[in-house]
Formats: sequence, C-alpha cells, structure tokens
Amino acid sequence: MTLKTTLKINGKDRTLDADPRTSLLDALRNHLDLKGTKKGCDHGQCGACTVIVNGRRINACLTLACMHDGDEVTTIEGLGTPEQMSALQDAFVRHDGFQCGYCTAGQICSATAMLDEAKAGWPSHVSASLGDDVSLTDEEISERMSGNLCRCSAYPGIVNAIRDVARGGAR
Amino acid sequence: MNQHLKMDRPQDDVIGTMAQGVIGTAAPRRDGPVKVTGQARYAAETGTGAEAVGVLVRATITKGRVTGMDSDAVRAMPGVLSVITDKRLLRNPAQGTANAAPVQDPGQVAYFGQPIALVVAETFEQARHAAQGLKVRYAAEEAVTDPFADTTEVERPEAKQTEQGDLDAAMTAAEFSVDSTYTTPAQNSAAMEPHASVAEWDGDRLTLHGSYQMVKYNRNELADSLGIDPANVRIRAPYVGGGFGSKLGIAPEAVAAAIAARDLGRAVRVVMSRPQVFEATMRRSGTRQRVRLAADADGRLTGIGHEARVSNLPDEAFSEPVTMATHFLYAGKNRKYAHEIARVHRTCAGSMRAPGEAVGMLALENAMDELAHAAGIDPVELRLRNIPDVHPENGKDYSSRRFADCLRDGAARFGWSARNPKPGQVRDGEWFIGMGVASAARGNILQESQARVILHADATATVETDMTDIGTGTYTILAQIAAEMLGLPLDSVSVRLGDTDFPPAAGSGGSWGAGSAGSAVFLACQKLRQSLADMLDTDPSELTLRDGTVTSSNTQQSLADLLSEDLTTIGHIEPGETSETMQHAGFGAHFAEVAVNAVTGESRVRRMLGVFSAGRILNEQTARSQCHGGMIFGIGAALTEDMVHDHRDGHIVNHNLAEYHIPVNLDIPQLDVVFLEERDAWANPLQSKGVGELGISGAGAAITNAIYNATGVRVRDYPATLDRVLPGLPDD
Ligand code: FES
Ligand code: FES
Repeated sequence: MTLKTTLKINGKDRTLDADPRTSLLDALRNHLDLKGTKKGCDHGQCGACTVIVNGRRINACLTLACMHDGDEVTTIEGLGTPEQMSALQDAFVRHDGFQCGYCTAGQICSATAMLDEAKAGWPSHVSASLGDDVSLTDEEISERMSGNLCRCSAYPGIVNAIRDVARGGAR
Repeated sequence: MNQHLKMDRPQDDVIGTMAQGVIGTAAPRRDGPVKVTGQARYAAETGTGAEAVGVLVRATITKGRVTGMDSDAVRAMPGVLSVITDKRLLRNPAQGTANAAPVQDPGQVAYFGQPIALVVAETFEQARHAAQGLKVRYAAEEAVTDPFADTTEVERPEAKQTEQGDLDAAMTAAEFSVDSTYTTPAQNSAAMEPHASVAEWDGDRLTLHGSYQMVKYNRNELADSLGIDPANVRIRAPYVGGGFGSKLGIAPEAVAAAIAARDLGRAVRVVMSRPQVFEATMRRSGTRQRVRLAADADGRLTGIGHEARVSNLPDEAFSEPVTMATHFLYAGKNRKYAHEIARVHRTCAGSMRAPGEAVGMLALENAMDELAHAAGIDPVELRLRNIPDVHPENGKDYSSRRFADCLRDGAARFGWSARNPKPGQVRDGEWFIGMGVASAARGNILQESQARVILHADATATVETDMTDIGTGTYTILAQIAAEMLGLPLDSVSVRLGDTDFPPAAGSGGSWGAGSAGSAVFLACQKLRQSLADMLDTDPSELTLRDGTVTSSNTQQSLADLLSEDLTTIGHIEPGETSETMQHAGFGAHFAEVAVNAVTGESRVRRMLGVFSAGRILNEQTARSQCHGGMIFGIGAALTEDMVHDHRDGHIVNHNLAEYHIPVNLDIPQLDVVFLEERDAWANPLQSKGVGELGISGAGAAITNAIYNATGVRVRDYPATLDRVLPGLPDD
C-alpha cells in the first residue's frame, strides 16, 4: 500500500507515492533525491535531519511524510548552492563550523530557523526573562543549538558562525 | 617518474623555503561549500535510488549458536527479496590496519547485538519491518561478561609486564607517594554518520561506496572476507561523516551488502541503525588502572607504576594500550607496568580516538595532581620538575619536545597564578570554582604512503591518493602542500581522495594521515621541481615558484609557458631508521576552569586552554579544530560519556544518542588553542606531527583536577557525574 503526498519543497511542488511508514527524512533522501538532509540516529536524538516545515525547525526523522500533505518544507538545498551560499552557509565555511560535515545541514537549517525564533522574541532555557527581547549571547546561541549534536565537536566554530550572522556579519 | 624517501635521516626544512606562502595558513576547507549546501555525497547517498535495501538482524543472546530462523515467513512479507545468513558475514569489524578478514560466521554468537543475518527488501520500510519480525532460535550458553569479576579469565601478555629497578622499594623510601586506582567506562566513537555501504557488482568486480577511514586496508579486508581477489575490489570513500577509529576496519554492513548484491544481481545499500553502531562496531574498552608515584622531598619522581586491566572478546588481538604515554612522559628510575586483558562477551573493543592515551592519561594526570597536593608543590611546577632529559626507559632522545614551554606558556596565558591551591575556597554564588592542569602527550607515527601529483600544462595541478578526509582537513592540507611546493595559487590545485584506484596512502588513523600522505605529496612535488629545473638547466634550489611564475637566476617566465605537456609523478614515503632512533611524540598542556554546583554537584567547564607542540602546523584552522575536537572528547570523557553494560548479559543499555551523552553545544565554552612554533626534522620531510589525538590526551584529567580544586572531591571513577561529586561536597 502506498499513499500519495504533495509537499512544497524549496518552493516546488513535489509529489510522492510511498509506503505510509516513510518518514519525512526518508522521503527526502530515498524518494525525492534530496540527500543533503542527513540521518544520524532516526530517533529524534541528534538533529542531523533538521528541516524547516512551515517556518519551524523539526526533526524530519520523527514525522511521517504523509502527515505533511500541502506543507512547505525547506531543506539545506533550498538555502543556497556552493556558488551562492546563504549568509549562514558562508559563515560556517569561514569559521570552520564543521569538520566531517555530516551534522552540518541540520546545524544550518536549525540555525536558520533559530535566528527567526530569536527575532520573534521566543525565550529559551537560559533567557533571563520571558518578556524581554532576546539578545543572542553565546550562551543563548549554544542553548538554542543544543539539539544539534556534532561529534566532530565543531561547537566553537558553529557558535562563531551564528554569532557573526546574527550580528549582521559581512558575507 | 617517482620520488621515494625512506626516513633514515632527519630532513631539512624544504617547504619552509618556498615562496607561495600558503602552508600553515588558515585556508578555509575546500570541501566546505559542498558540505554546507548538502551537496557532498556520503556513502549511503551514492547510487541511483534503485538499490535494494538491507537491514542487519541482531542477536538477542550473549553467547551460543543460532539453531534456526523463520526465514520463509519473512520472505513472504511484502517487498522482501532475501534473508542472508552466509557464513562469510562478519562477527565484528576488522581492527585498524588488520588487512585481513576479522572473525566470521554469524551462526556463532559471541556478544549481545552481534549481526546474525541481513534482510533485504525493495524499500527501507519493508526491510526494517521484516528484520524486526524475523524469529530466531538459539542454543544459548553461559557467558562471562564482567571484566572485573574475580572469576573472569584474564590474559597477561608477557611483553607488556615490564619492570625497571624496584618500585616497591621506591614507594617505601618515598617522601611523598600516591597509590590510587581509577576506572574509566566503555565509550563509543559515535560518529554522526552511521556505518554505511552501497555495494554494486559488475561481473566479478565489486565497487563498494563505504564510510571508511583506511581504504587501502579495507579493500584487502573486504576481499579476504568474501574470498575474492583484492584486484577485483574498489572502495570509494570521498566523504566520511566522522570516524574517530570506529571506521578503521571493514565492518559487518559492508560484507553483508556485498554478499547480498552478488546474490540478487543488483546494487544493495546497508546502513546501520544508531543502536547497531553502538552494539556492532567498536567500543573503547573500560579500564581499571592502578597508578603509583614515588617522589623525593622536592617532588622529583623516583618511581612510577601503571597497571591496567582492559577487556575484549576472546581471540581479538587489540587491547587498549593504556600505559603508552606513561613510558616516556616523566622521569623516575623505578618503573613497573602490568597489562591484563579480561576475556568477556561484550561488543568488540577497538581503537577510539587516541587508544591508550585517552584513558591512560586520565589516571596518570590525576595521580600527578594527587602527588602535587600531597607534596604541597604547584601542579605545573611538579610536572616541570619531572621532565626527563632522555626517554627514561630506553635512553632515546626526543625528536622534538617543547613540553616545558607548553606548561609555562599555558600557565601564563590562563592566569594560573591566580589559582588558590587549597580546594573548596572559591565561590561564585551557588558554584564552587576551581582550576586544573594536565599534560598531553601522544606518540607520533609515520606510515608508508603514496600520492600522485599531476602538473598540468596549463599550470594547474591535481593530487590523487586513496587517503581519506574524515573531517580532518585532508583535502585542504594536501592542496596547501602542493600549492606551496609548486608555487600555485590554492585554487589551481584540485585534490581527489578516498578511492582505491588512486595510489595507496596510510589512511586516517593514529594521527598519521596528514604527515604521511602529506609527505608523499611533498615528495611528488619535489620531483616535479626537479623536472622544471632540468628544463631550465638549473638546480631546484635555484628555482622560485610563485603564483604560476618560474624564476631562476636571471630568467622569469610563466609556468604555463614552460610546460608543454602534463607531468605526472608519484611520491612515496616510508618510515625508516628515525622511527627507531628517536622517541616521537606531540606534547601539550591543558588548563581548565570548572564550576561545580554546590546544590546539585553538576560540573560545568567555564573555560579551557590547550597549548600544543606538534611540529609544523599545516593548516592553522583545521589543526585548531582537530584540537577542539580532542578537547571536547575529553570533556565528554570527564563529565558525561559512559556506555553502560547490563551486568547480567553484557548488553549495552544506553545504545543511543539520548542516553549515551556526548557533549552538546551548551556544554562547551569557547576553547583556546595555542600552537607553539616547532619543527621536527626526524618526523617527516614536512617536519610536522599529528594533532588529531593529541588534544584528547589529558584533557579530561584537567577537568577532574579542576573539580578537585573547586571542591576537594577527588573523582577516580569516570565520568564525574553528579552522583559521584555530590556526596563529597563541603558543607555550606
Ligand atoms: S536523524 Fe533525526 S534527530 Fe537524528
Ligand atoms: S561536522 Fe562532523 S559531526 Fe559535526
């Protein structure tokens, strides 16, 4: 048995006719040739599969593709290309915010959505108060990025890259 | 046209006389743009999408035999193509550089979670469902799983029980002494990319796209496992999502994929699940270590003892070489080592980042801290006083060693003089604050390597070698070496890696990759310089190559004009007498400031500095990132990482990333890394030393020493989780 699902991925309608057990992550990787999104655990424990669905970052391994009919999905491929990188992608290269690169798509999708969350004033666990504007201190960045594991441990570079972009750093 | 060098003598600094000025710089990673945009293809992502998908089935007993399985029922499930129980399937991965098949035959179970079959189906969802539904019958046997039980069988390899002088007498005569026992738990490399292989046959020829660190060896291991000629095996691994030792040897998924692809006449993809990575690849052995230190009234060591128990499966040759750095780091006439291997039915033990030093230096450097406290000597000063002139056991000289400078320089930069030597004195609200120091040392190794360099007629160059880049920066570093030697802008050099069709290199492991493969590139370029000099009828030392321009005594021309055709060379480096005549190692010092919560016992690293002497640094940025990685592994080892085995059947309880706690972003402050200027003429012609593992050596001990300074709690059982700190905290 298969189910037909239409997703708007990186601005384009993509239709998929797949086993209903197919996760959004496996749909991207195995059915839609969008292999930039990575599988690190398949259990919602590492963040490598982070994509942006209707403006919010989620773990694509924890949700079934067929639950997203009509949803807008942004993956790493939708953020930039090697020739035209997004500000965050460029900053990750400049600050060495990765080593093996396997967690990187997830880090960058996560950071992209995180910057919007901060702009919208969402507090985090380390925020001093719930009401004030969020200023992205290193601690705020680290806390908000702690759902994205990096075993290469590029954390210092990841924080530097995100801080750079959050403060409007040069491309 | 080849250039060969056996390292029998120290080498002049040739690359330092070049003019391009790119070696050592923080050139950004060349693989960066494809990685940050999701274009780099890792092993599981190769192929057309038409591959069949295999899922490994795990044993749910600890030891015994598989007596049967309901394969027919599973074969009847939708999409299922095959259930494979071939005798060639692997029990566990090959050990690093094994070059031959590991133990095979999945019908014999030696540990809980061992792969016993592969279920192949049209889709991942079908294969996973069928694999989970496969009913297996076993004849289970009693199994020993506890490495520290009195009844466990223990091996004591003769060569690893060594003694010099009389340690017992030194302990008795000592003014100050330490006799402490430490334990470190099992750990997992937990690379973010799970082990993955896509196998594809063309007649008798197999191509495997795999996530592997050492494809030269992996090719032979795969061929031997399958019983075929290595000439018929090609392995490709252009991008590897981290390894840390876990991908040194061919692993069960590769052999399973190859067998299935052959049987089905179609490409097959097998990716381990995260729990399988924990259970069926390699663990770092847990250890129990007794360290004895004897010192005179001035804190000068008169004796060192380091006795360790580690564990592995029966018949596995690897055993965690715990005492490696203890042999050469500190002085002391009387020395004693013991090494015990408990034979247990747990997941195979193998290499994980800095096997030996990563755990051995925790105990040694904690013991040094205990000695400093007992003797009332500053821990930095104590270490400085005990730096030997020559190797304390074999009398060899050190190839290069700015160990004392690392300690002094680090102490000054870190503000060490502000540390209160009395534990438990500094408070910041509900936090106890402390500082700790530990030394770092990691043996430096050169391995045989080859690389091809093609200097194209249009004054660009291509480097080709089967060396891998597992996040270490190989693509970038090899380009820098070639660009420096040939006087080309970095952008004019392309680098192709991770393919057994290219000349064989040492692979990524043992921190030898950059020095070994890099030396091969260097040698090839040296030959190319000779060819250019011949064309101009001059000596290579008279040539200045820069930005594609060739300058010799009184002529200047563009390299493209000089070249009428492509020139191809292979550089070939081999270790030689210098490996024997000198003691080779990188050195360093870690300084950490830690806050320990007075209410909960939670420890947080506030700041950390690593100062290293590691020969010539080939790329300042990638080297720094390697050291960050090592130091953060050290933070994980000190505070959170603990792979727990169930005492009843030895199964791994926390075989996932939610319960095996690697450090997350918020656990890590900004880290400082400083490289001291150093050249090592005895190491290799680049005069570099490895950095991939140096950063982890001692790092965790600096943190636990800081916890002691903060609180007076001496954690001797790693990791320093809340329950181990809280009971000993001073009363408020
Ligand atoms: S793969 Fe989805 S969180 Fe790890
Ligand atoms: S870059 Fe390798 S896991 Fe993050």
